[in-house]
Amino acid sequence: MLKKNVPQDGDILDGWHEISYAIDDDGRYVLAPSVGWEPANIANKQAWELISKQVNDVIKRIQAKELSPLAYYMVKNQMDTDLLAKYVRLSRWRVRRHLKPVVFMHLKVSILERYAKIFNVSTEQLFDIPEFSSLDLDNAPQ
Amino acid sequence: MPLNNQKINFVHRQSAHCESGVAANLFFHHGINISESMAFGIGAALFFGYFPFIKINGLPLTTFRGATGQILKRVTKGLGIQSNMHRFRDPEKAMNALDRIIDQGIPVGMQTGVYWLPYFPPALRFHFNAHNIIVYGKEGTEYLVSDPVFDEPVVCSRMDLMKARFAQGALAPKGKMYYLTRVPDHVDIAAAIVRGIKDVCKTMLKIPFPLIGVRGIRFLAGRIENWPEKLGKSRASINIGHIIRMQEEIGTGGAGFRFIYAAFLQEAAEILGEKRLLNISRKMTEIGDQWREFALFGVRNCKGRALEENTYPAMADILRDCANQEDELFHDLADIIS
Repeated sequence: MLKKNVPQDGDILDGWHEISYAIDDDGRYVLAPSVGWEPANIANKQAWELISKQVNDVIKRIQAKELSPLAYYMVKNQMDTDLLAKYVRLSRWRVRRHLKPVVFMHLKVSILERYAKIFNVSTEQLFDIPEFSSLDLDNAPQ
Repeated sequence: MPLNNQKINFVHRQSAHCESGVAANLFFHHGINISESMAFGIGAALFFGYFPFIKINGLPLTTFRGATGQILKRVTKGLGIQSNMHRFRDPEKAMNALDRIIDQGIPVGMQTGVYWLPYFPPALRFHFNAHNIIVYGKEGTEYLVSDPVFDEPVVCSRMDLMKARFAQGALAPKGKMYYLTRVPDHVDIAAAIVRGIKDVCKTMLKIPFPLIGVRGIRFLAGRIENWPEKLGKSRASINIGHIIRMQEEIGTGGAGFRFIYAAFLQEAAEILGEKRLLNISRKMTEIGDQWREFALFGVRNCKGRALEENTYPAMADILRDCANQEDELFHDLADIIS
């Protein structure tokens, strides 16, 4: 890739630059800052659309009382029960149980606090979920 | 615990890839002036592997670089540099140990999970746990961080850094931190370069496992061809998108590290006084351009703008061509270096 062809397609880097290796007019390699490349941006967007869709699916199931609000925070933070269990240091089957609305409503505060801490929200917020996913490229994780 | 303020006089040099960047910058701090691409080359980090049985977010793992930690290990060993590495169970202890080393004026490299680093652009915050950064000081409760893939040094709170150092899941860092303890007066870069090149030729050509090296590229080409029928259009494009991200999303310097490696070969040509390596470097650049072409093709599928039938086979053909060219290139490279 020639230095003059290093793409400058801004989108996902939030004002930062990434380093591309490219050759200058003398054929020497130089480090060329780039604000992004369209194909990489599109692939990134695709990944977020996937996550966003998962979040929306989970929100619907929570509204239908099939899942507890915990499922929303789990998926929004790109976790599954395995990963979440590791973060809160509980067994997988307990985390899976906490995804049931009835079980979750009666959880001890100390357990709720573990979840709240890892998701960076208050224990009250854990019961509060939005009506649709707010995940998109301009508004990814907080 | 009150923190003493400490700011080590550390030079932040931005790089394409975190691990080679951390390695080069740590060495530079200790008086060994090597570039990122040199660290990458000596670390024999160029690679290809397609591992459908390892899933990242439910998608098969495609990787263009060797195992994490390998660059540091190989470069320190190759140059005869001594370093200390620690892992921890207890996050508090891990942070206190970090404080102690910084207090001695030694910059500390560490492995972190990107998801928890607050300065990362939101769009790049995925659960990727093998991101290397350097901590070179602290001010109050903020740590001064030289994250090599960013333009400038950044800061990170103690709480966030603790979370990042104890990220869970695949490649969990377990608080891993490392720092250089002894650096020899003279390092034999030429010998390390030769060793690094030999290692890469070996992994790209000689590993008797069909998913690694040029054979892995060919294998993936065969798979890609069948994705539309096997997985359906939508799933196939998601798989392609995932490969493009591994290849191009921040940290590879472009074309899945092929351009960094070409830069390394250029430097190696000069140090070894071996002109033929310049030619190999040029070829590597061309191959890199072809990988970029693959990404361009692929992304048209992600956007649904591709021409119907011929696209997946066309992408497979590009990959096969990459494989053939890399096959030839690494054979030539091995001949020159042996």
